[in-house]
Amino acid sequence: MNSRVLVTEVGQVVAGTVVCALVLPFIVDVHTATLLTVYAMLALSLGFIWGFGGILCFGQAAFYGLGAYTYALAAINFDGAWAAFGLAILVPAAFAGLLGALMFYGRLSDVYLAVVTLVVTLILFKFFNSTAGPSYRIGEARLGGFNGIPGFPTLTVPGSPDTYIYGAGLFYFTIALLALVYLGLRLTLLSPFGRIVVSLRENEERTELLGYDVRFYKSAAFAVSGGIAGLAGCLFANWAEIVTPGLFSLGQSAEIIIWVIVGGLGTLIGPMIGAALLGYLKFALGHQSVVDNSFIMGVLLIVVVLFLQEGLVPTVTRFAKLGLRRSSSKNSRRQSRRKRIVSDVR
Amino acid sequence: MSGDVVLETTGLTVRFGGVTAVDGVDFALRERELRCLIGPNGAGKSTFFKCLTGMLTPSEGAIYLRDEAVAGLAPFQLGQRGVGIKTQVPSVMNGLSVHENVWLAARRRKGDANAATLSALEAVGIADLRRETVGQLSHGQRQLVELAIVLAGKPWLILLDEPAAGLSGEEVERMVGILRGLVKHATLIVVEHDMHFIRQIAETVTVFHQGRIIAQAPVEDVLEDPLVRDVYLGRSR
Repeated sequence: MNSRVLVTEVGQVVAGTVVCALVLPFIVDVHTATLLTVYAMLALSLGFIWGFGGILCFGQAAFYGLGAYTYALAAINFDGAWAAFGLAILVPAAFAGLLGALMFYGRLSDVYLAVVTLVVTLILFKFFNSTAGPSYRIGEARLGGFNGIPGFPTLTVPGSPDTYIYGAGLFYFTIALLALVYLGLRLTLLSPFGRIVVSLRENEERTELLGYDVRFYKSAAFAVSGGIAGLAGCLFANWAEIVTPGLFSLGQSAEIIIWVIVGGLGTLIGPMIGAALLGYLKFALGHQSVVDNSFIMGVLLIVVVLFLQEGLVPTVTRFAKLGLRRSSSKNSRRQSRRKRIVSDVR
Repeated sequence: MSGDVVLETTGLTVRFGGVTAVDGVDFALRERELRCLIGPNGAGKSTFFKCLTGMLTPSEGAIYLRDEAVAGLAPFQLGQRGVGIKTQVPSVMNGLSVHENVWLAARRRKGDANAATLSALEAVGIADLRRETVGQLSHGQRQLVELAIVLAGKPWLILLDEPAAGLSGEEVERMVGILRGLVKHATLIVVEHDMHFIRQIAETVTVFHQGRIIAQAPVEDVLEDPLVRDVYLGRSR
């Protein structure tokens, strides 16, 4: 990758992030904006592994929940919340890497993989739901069963342990992290590792025939995706200041998939936009009781699958390009006509 | 005959339930040799080919690659040992550009991957297509892309399954030229049906029938063999 590409990529991401950070708080309050940003990161994690690696993971919520729980448990047990922050990324990444290795080295793929990841999520959901007793504790922290873990220390400004990162601070911190993750994924996809991950989606057999150990690359990509979902979970824990087994729920898993489909599979921007839009819609619908939330989400998914099969972002991009091409060809026709007129006059 | 034996199978057998697709095949291939495998449908040549590529694990027998037992190794492990494989149906990445397809193979070897990519594309005569998306190319062009992918990895042993299938007359001529050039640097096995194509490239032909090798000789001799004519070409009247 040459430095020009790098500068362009960084420039685009920084510009986009600044615009979003300035505009979003005018559309929704920072509390909601933070959550939408967390959702965007969670959708990005699935958008990477599914849209680029071709691996449909039905259990992204497992890594999200693990990230949140790891943060809460570690923050109670350790002195610094930043150690908990690091663990909240590492533990889900390691768990995803291990689960991925078990599946990919076992040559599991397609629907079987989706089922296994879903079952793992449901097992975690059931497990954390049934940890209400006092015996279920890790160090000082009780798992809390259905009620989850409240009241753990949240992130503080480094060097100032009494200054908590919350409100607008948490929003800017979250959006900066989202930009970093997005930039990291864009650069990863331009790297040899990223090209191999994309080649897995395109043709796993050919990738293997070229001498690449596809099991290793799939496990590694799965771990990266799990780590990002874990980071989203950690940020959610800091936003909500409570973690509950609901993070591992079937509804949460399904919602992430809907965000990615609606936003646009095979893009990085699409899943983020899908998550933010649908997340916002969910809040807006939450203010009324006429129609059920899930019903609207289901209808929306059907509409997108039927009429916008590529998803929002690829469809809008295609139409924008088409419009640009038309206007540029109109302009060039107009210019050539003007030239002809000028030459006739001369 | 060329150099040392570089690929050998002994008693290679593949069974699918009660059906024996490959039945105790002993096969040897010397360095810089181009060997064609022929036989009627169901003769076992494709199953034999899949064992050599690591896509199938033999039920019995051994495969030696430069004296190393490789039966049961995964395709990527054979790829890492310098075996280039072209499958019957073009196995390419349709969503990527021609350049990206070949580059992924070229970067596995030492040196400038971009230069190696261009050189492989020029060798098969599709350098002008390098920016095209592979999925938008014709079947024949995709066959050539796959061949470029194989060449870019600089393999010493090349296994080609029906490389002439679906090619136009001009493309077949180009393929013949490429294979003739390749045999100066590599050892080749070609599974093929097209006898006209085989006549142009092969020195020795191995004929499969009912999972066994029934003949192995220079192409003209094989074509005169009454048994081969009977089982494969049809009995002469």
